Amino acid sequence: MFLQVPPGELVSALGSSAARDALRVTAETISISMLAILVFGTPAAYWISTRRGAFRDALVTLVELPLVLPPAVAGVGLLVAFGRAGLLGGTFEALGIDIAFTKIAVVLAVTFVASPFYLRTAIASFEVVDPALPAAARTLGAGPGRVFARVMLPLSRSGLGAGAALAFARGLGEFGATIMFAGSLQGVTQTLSLAIYEQFDLDFDVALAISALLIVLSALVLLSVKLFTRWRSGSDSLTLFAPSARRPT
Amino acid sequence: MALRIRFTHALRTFRASADLTVEPAETVALVGPSGAGKTTVLRVVAGLLRPDDGFVSLDDTVLLDTARRVDVPPERRRVGYLFQEYALFPHLDVWHNVRFGAGSTADVDPLLERFRISGLASARVTQLSGGERQRVALARALARDPALLLLDEPLSALDAHTRAGVRAELRELLDELGLPVVLVTHDFEDAATLAHRVGVISDGEVLQLASPTDLVALPRDAFVASFTGATVLPGRVVEVRNGLRHVALDGGLALWSADDGEGEVNVAVYPWDVSLGSVAPDDSRMNHLSAAVVSVAPMGNRTRVRVGPIVAEITAASAERLDLRPGVLATASFKATAARLYPR
Repeated sequence: MFLQVPPGELVSALGSSAARDALRVTAETISISMLAILVFGTPAAYWISTRRGAFRDALVTLVELPLVLPPAVAGVGLLVAFGRAGLLGGTFEALGIDIAFTKIAVVLAVTFVASPFYLRTAIASFEVVDPALPAAARTLGAGPGRVFARVMLPLSRSGLGAGAALAFARGLGEFGATIMFAGSLQGVTQTLSLAIYEQFDLDFDVALAISALLIVLSALVLLSVKLFTRWRSGSDSLTLFAPSARRPT
Repeated sequence: MALRIRFTHALRTFRASADLTVEPAETVALVGPSGAGKTTVLRVVAGLLRPDDGFVSLDDTVLLDTARRVDVPPERRRVGYLFQEYALFPHLDVWHNVRFGAGSTADVDPLLERFRISGLASARVTQLSGGERQRVALARALARDPALLLLDEPLSALDAHTRAGVRAELRELLDELGLPVVLVTHDFEDAATLAHRVGVISDGEVLQLASPTDLVALPRDAFVASFTGATVLPGRVVEVRNGLRHVALDGGLALWSADDGEGEVNVAVYPWDVSLGSVAPDDSRMNHLSAAVVSVAPMGNRTRVRVGPIVAEITAASAERLDLRPGVLATASFKATAARLYPR
């Protein structure tokens, strides 16, 4: 793909209005999706990790369902739920909110298909934390909130990071549910993946350029997963983010 | 401050229960095999486990009363809990581990000094030795200025070399603190050294709670006798003469006991009640069992010698003088009063 067209032309093809719009739509929708996944998914995953037995298995199955669902089924499901004639569509319409074929639809579709990647990893990382550690924190005067923030989050950080990277990658490549539920309107709902599909017929060079960009992004994501994993095993030497507050002097 | 504990709680295979009062400045040890429900007692006192039915109070403060739906959460119980394997936070250095429990940063440095870990303040806890980890865990548990102390196997993560020294230090610390302490261990010797009273637990039930000397002097049953160090041998009472029972051991030897008993019995003999010789002496002792030496295990200034089924603990000097080696014939002698009988 990188050999087909000279690199200079690839970069200039990215400057086309279709590519620039797709990049903007993708950046907007995926940041909102990732924010929602992290903000709601992290406490939800922690809560599930503290459950046991059949109830836990049922919850995990529910969480993992979008993972195995055919994209077309996800798209139909979202339309039935949020479409104008759908289950919740009427309620949103009464509130003056139109969901299907808007950016909100893209966010919903991306969140739906990408969240299992984060949740699965997050649940697993919380579950491998030695249960004596949160218990010790409780006996040291920390309430449940402080135990979560000061013990569980830092001890699961590498798993959470890796899960977020995987969810981001899946969200970036989201295609099927989005095209059915949100359509492919340039500048509104057309993400990078959808733009490749459209430009495939219109301007093959642009399709190639966007594909190349996605390859680079995906490689970066995979690399960051590796870094997150190393962060856990060699946490002494490798510091990706600012270290926790050091001893006051 | 006196600690009152009473609870029952259904575990997977048995029901754990306890009913005991720990006096101010008293250390009570709970000993028993692993899986006997010892840690359950600590978890109930700390508030980490709500029992099916129970009551826990510290002086006038009720921490748990299932009948009145009182259950103070662990973070408000002023309990110092030393976890098995210490449960230090691996993502924090020594200073921040201790800081986690402390009310203010000013409390941390004096604690580090007291436990001689000031030099390790910025060390990662994963790089510490067993003894250092134990001191960090103790400093962290005390950082909260607890009103009572719970110790779960405080010495089991240490190697035999450091163990004796740390045990003496811990005894000193507990005396100094003057808090009610509940300690659980699987090692009777640790319990006897550290605690004023020792409770023997099996299958979630406290079988006998008494001072270490009383436990050894009058074990309630064969389990307590064996847990406090006695050799327990199955046998059968075959004859009663002059008020003494003659017991045929299942292995073939026979001995006299001053205890009552009939039919199938367990005989408990403490190793330190047994003396050894190369020939049977003519003295007041009723029992002289001759058999081949099975094993000779030196333990510091003492030596444990197994003669047939009987274990004797004699001084290392005597063991050397008698030249005891596996295979050599020896005679184990003990009084009829040293052989206790328990129904089987």
